[in-house]
Amino acid sequence: MGKTKMTPEEMSAKLDAVLATHKGEGQKALMSTLQQAQGIYGYLPLPVQKKVAEALDLSVAEVYGVISFYSFFSLKPKGETVFTVCLGTACYVKGAQALLEKIEESIGVSSGDVTKDGKYSISACRCVGACGLAPVILVNEDVYGRLTPEELPAIIAKYKEAD
Amino acid sequence: MDLFRAHVLVCCGTGCTSSSSPRIMEQFDQLLPQFGLDKEIKVVKTGCFGLCAEGPVVVIYPEGVMYYRVSPDDVKEIISEHLLKGRYVHRLMTMAVASGSAASGSFAAEDNSFFSKQLRIALRNCGVINPEKIEEYIAHDGYAALGSILTEKRDPFEIIQAIKASGLRGRGGGGFPTGNKWEFAAKVQNDTKYVCCNADEGDPGAFMDRSILEGDPHSVIEAMTIAGYCIGAHQGYVYVRAEYPIAVERLQIAINQAREYGLLGENIFDSGFDFDLDIRLGAGAFVCGEETALMRSIEGKRGNPTPRPPFPAVKGLFGKPTILNNVETYANIPVILRKGADWFASIGTEKSKGTKVFALGGKVNNVGLVEIPMGTTVREIVFDIGGGIPKNKAFKAVQTGGPSGGCIPASLLDTPIDYDNLIAVGSMMGSGGMIVMDEDTCMVDIAKFFLEFTVDESCGKCSPCRIGTKRMYEILSKITDGTGTMDDIKALEEVALALKNGSLCALGQTAANPILSTLHHFRDEYIEHVVDKKCRCHVCKGLTQYYIEPDLCKKCSLCAKKCPVGCISGVVGKETYVINPDACIKCGACMDACKFKAVVKK
Ligand SMILES: Cc1cc2nc3c(=O)[nH]c(=O)nc-3n(C[C@H](O)[C@H](O)[C@H](O)COP(=O)(O)O)c2cc1C
Ligand code: SF4
Ligand code: SF4
Ligand code: SF4
Ligand code: FES
Repeated sequence: MGKTKMTPEEMSAKLDAVLATHKGEGQKALMSTLQQAQGIYGYLPLPVQKKVAEALDLSVAEVYGVISFYSFFSLKPKGETVFTVCLGTACYVKGAQALLEKIEESIGVSSGDVTKDGKYSISACRCVGACGLAPVILVNEDVYGRLTPEELPAIIAKYKEAD
Repeated sequence: MDLFRAHVLVCCGTGCTSSSSPRIMEQFDQLLPQFGLDKEIKVVKTGCFGLCAEGPVVVIYPEGVMYYRVSPDDVKEIISEHLLKGRYVHRLMTMAVASGSAASGSFAAEDNSFFSKQLRIALRNCGVINPEKIEEYIAHDGYAALGSILTEKRDPFEIIQAIKASGLRGRGGGGFPTGNKWEFAAKVQNDTKYVCCNADEGDPGAFMDRSILEGDPHSVIEAMTIAGYCIGAHQGYVYVRAEYPIAVERLQIAINQAREYGLLGENIFDSGFDFDLDIRLGAGAFVCGEETALMRSIEGKRGNPTPRPPFPAVKGLFGKPTILNNVETYANIPVILRKGADWFASIGTEKSKGTKVFALGGKVNNVGLVEIPMGTTVREIVFDIGGGIPKNKAFKAVQTGGPSGGCIPASLLDTPIDYDNLIAVGSMMGSGGMIVMDEDTCMVDIAKFFLEFTVDESCGKCSPCRIGTKRMYEILSKITDGTGTMDDIKALEEVALALKNGSLCALGQTAANPILSTLHHFRDEYIEHVVDKKCRCHVCKGLTQYYIEPDLCKKCSLCAKKCPVGCISGVVGKETYVINPDACIKCGACMDACKFKAVVKK
């Protein structure tokens, strides 16, 4: 997800449209509403949580409780470019840890963090279901498989140039 | 309908899609008209063939020729040579990771050893039909089982009886007899009941369910509708993990098409029976694969497991009687009902019938999806189907059952796979992840890897699991850092027992399995870490020393220039370089830098 090019007003309008479709549906619509909201904003800041709570007739605590339970929901914005290293078993056995360390070293932050300028973030995930290509990393939505640490600098450079 | 002389099947499963199969499709669509072949040759987008490591895969029928690692630039040659002149493009026909007979010039899908030992029941349509066209599913006998049940208004209990007689057991891990589960739910009286499908596929390293949803979504829809008819439910939910966007998209397309065809919705086959399906997305919590947690999650709540009883068959989703089955379990149902319980029960072992799909991965040549009859040995999977271990390394173990499972060592390679045998050797069937490990895989490190996973994924509701997993992870970290003691090994076993007995759900109850099984089969490696302070695989950093072989060092100074902490000393051209082990932070930069392989790990 991560990247959006919308203005705050556009995002807000889009969220309102989503909320209108779920109005009053209560708890059972919470997960999908949050998924759609995060699709718009890239993460779930407090004002968004409040709007969701209001639309679904829930308390903010209930909404927060669900957000904090599921790792897919994020309370922090991600970088504009997100490097995700698969640490599923198939990838781990094929050396994914070394890939992660190499990416951390060249971006300069550790997994779970965002660079100060907000441009890059690194995260680890568990199996994207492309184990046949292990080890696998994702840069935003692009999948790179059968990787060796030696191939990483070229890939990282590609996204750094793109700025 | 047009008659086509040849069919070109392009795998558009996740593996191949990420390695450019959509562009291959485009190329065929663009180039075939240029060669004037678009009326004769049909290009079909299919789900996963199973040979992911060799993807993108293109298969051409009627010959059954498989092309591996095809790039969009190869398409022109395939058209001009194969399709136009009938000359095979041999350079694309050998698997890059050559193995046994697969490499020896045999190319038809049927006589490739990767396929010949397999039996495709759950995966019968994957890689064969276009999953986005309901007509193709129907042309392969799809919806025939549902049709005959509804038009003949067959007795639900007679169908349930057939499923019981087939011996089908749940493919999601537990192996509970599917027919019995349906019978419980069918017998409970309630106006509202639900049918759910578990497509959360939490085992990291498994992608069978994903491939079925992407390659043959209608088989799941058909089976869930049959389940609805049997237990008296009118609404179903498929709970899919959020990481599977292609699967979600294809399933949604399939649901829409089924509705258009009147195969979902009201009055299906004019029988008066109503049933509809919706998709619910997971949000990255492994515990939501557990049945009660999954239902809480569909309800929009935190996915904490709840105690059983009450069982979901009595009080499940929204408090109503519910059945939950795994994707692969469902995929078996339409064939069983079409071909008969006896046919299915004739395949497999005494207590485990039919086939099982495994996602074969790790240190094995043919990485991919394999479906084998129960009773196939681990050796046949790894060496015959999997083509053995890359680089002639020695086989060490196979891991099944993911974070709840265990390892099967070389001495047990001839174990015939079924639910009971796998438990007997200290592992479990699990949902179908099968990771091969070679001599370079440290078993203590692997145990730690799984524990890190369970620490992350424990929902925290009960303390044995919340605290116990953390304790075990800490102990394993100590051992891999080189500060472990023999008492730590004993402590591991004690905590493991506490978890098994005191946890609320199977996540906690089985969390220690990866440790217990590696301790059982590879105790010597643990002892080596603790007593000799050695990791024979050089995986555990705390136990690994970087060392420069004086005889190999060419005194070039490159390593010293790369060392971030400046702990390598020597004189260019005069003195061999040496590492000061006390200052070394074990980053490995020197080893990468040295062109003469003089830097080694000890
Ligand atoms: C922690 C945990 C995770 C699970 N994850 C899955 C999963 O990802 N997929 C699955 O089908 N079953 C999973 N199960 C098993 C389910 O609880 C349930 O038994 C299964 O979906 C029932 O379907 P079946 O009888 O067709 O196998 C998990 C169980 C536990 C305890
Ligand atoms: S055993 Fe673990 S995952 Fe299961 S309910 Fe208890 S804390 Fe949660
Ligand atoms: S790079 Fe290799 S050969 Fe050169 S000084 Fe270092 S150890 Fe010796
Ligand atoms: S491993 Fe890293 S810190 Fe240690 S000697 Fe080599 S370069 Fe220096
Ligand atoms: S383990 Fe990395 S994609 Fe499955």
